Amino acid sequence: MSDELKDIVLKYVIDEYLEDDSEPITYDTPLISGGIVDSFSMVSLKRFLENKYKISIPDDQATPEAFDSVDKIAVLVKKFTKA
Amino acid sequence: MSYSEKTRAAYQEVLQGLKDAGLFKQERFIHSSQAADIEVEFPAGASVRKVINMCANNYLGLSSHPAVVQAAHEGMDARGYGMSSVRFICGTQDIHRDLERKVTEFLGTEDTILFPSCMDANAGVFEAVLAKDDVMISDRLVHASLIDGIRLCGAMQDTYKHADMAHLEQKLEMHQDRRFRMVITDGVFSMDGDTAPLDKMAALCDKYDAMILVDDSHATGFIGRTGRGTHEKYGVVGRMDIITTTFGKALGGATGGCVSGRRELVEMCRQKARPYLFSNSIAPVVVQGILKVFDILMASTERRDKLEKNAAYWRKGLQEAGFVLKEGDTPIVPVMLFNAKLAQDFSRALYEEGIYAVGFFFPVVPQGQARIRTQISAGHEIHHLDKALEAFRKVGKTFDILGRTKQEIIERFGM
Repeated sequence: MSDELKDIVLKYVIDEYLEDDSEPITYDTPLISGGIVDSFSMVSLKRFLENKYKISIPDDQATPEAFDSVDKIAVLVKKFTKA
Repeated sequence: MSYSEKTRAAYQEVLQGLKDAGLFKQERFIHSSQAADIEVEFPAGASVRKVINMCANNYLGLSSHPAVVQAAHEGMDARGYGMSSVRFICGTQDIHRDLERKVTEFLGTEDTILFPSCMDANAGVFEAVLAKDDVMISDRLVHASLIDGIRLCGAMQDTYKHADMAHLEQKLEMHQDRRFRMVITDGVFSMDGDTAPLDKMAALCDKYDAMILVDDSHATGFIGRTGRGTHEKYGVVGRMDIITTTFGKALGGATGGCVSGRRELVEMCRQKARPYLFSNSIAPVVVQGILKVFDILMASTERRDKLEKNAAYWRKGLQEAGFVLKEGDTPIVPVMLFNAKLAQDFSRALYEEGIYAVGFFFPVVPQGQARIRTQISAGHEIHHLDKALEAFRKVGKTFDILGRTKQEIIERFGM
């Protein structure tokens, strides 16, 4: 898995969801179960990924579990990029 | 029925978990009517003591106002106790229509529909007016009732960082492909006491063709020069598409809420909002009380003026004592303690000094942002505030937090 993809997603998550005084996050930080991204806010992440990588992630696969860390998101993106 | 020992034990375990985590909520029993001076039994079974209430939503001091109580009595005599019906079957009296017209006039909107509570108004409004091709873009700190309403609606959901207009603009731009966009915010944020910049938000909504909904439950009656709400403060009366608000706080504090705004949106609620369709009318006694509240507020700004002075006096007193406060200019003044246990201990020590103010901590506020939320009322006199300030200073000194910065308090007590 390319780290470039992970870095792009990580930067988006930091810009989009973290406040200035938030603790730093890494590839495996739990985003949704860790309370950093709420389920409402997932939509912008999904839209970002779809636009950036020209993919379409079906709603039934865009689950909180699948979006729970940068690592997991990268797996998801790769799956649909290949398809 | 089957409620086995195993089932009972499972629930007991969950409840014990809340207790162990310090998250178990306990009621305090008030043996008097709601006011600045109240008589409280706490903990349950303890002897009743007189304390000053610093945590009610009774912003205008109207909860036990003699004229409101009198109007409620007369309302009960004239229209009975209950309606035993939802509004559209046989639960609408002339006074319900009177109240809807009065609210419309007061807020400067086109029409109004009553709900049993603002929780119900927020739960029902989105599903009634939006569909799956639309998007709801909400501030990340909106009230829990708005979050529940958003969850019940099939439209797309998105959020923006608290009061961050650049972020909101990005989101509005991103969602231009949706049929309708609705921006959702509190007017006054209940945990922090700050206000949404509705003038800037209205301008963005005009630019990007979006509707705006503001929940003004902690504002109606006292924010703005004549107390119309946050939209008056920011000079955008008539430009809010939907205002939801409550009668359960400043406006007499009994029950009830409403959706007020564009005529068609209100009518959509009357046709489709489930808490309106499937829950009882507001009781006549309450309706008459609220009508009297509006008479009082529309005759004079005396009460909101007094509240404004009281809130400024209180905030200045706490600042001079050396507490860390959340910035703002509303009657909600959060005293920041950051650590959950400190907030609970501080609240209990205040109670020993005759001051009733509750500690808030995660999950009600974000982790590491525990606080005592104080709320000022026009029912407070200066002697109440002076006594409360004296108690805050004394307890603050005991815990050695006066003049300490956020960092110093966190270093000493932890997050």
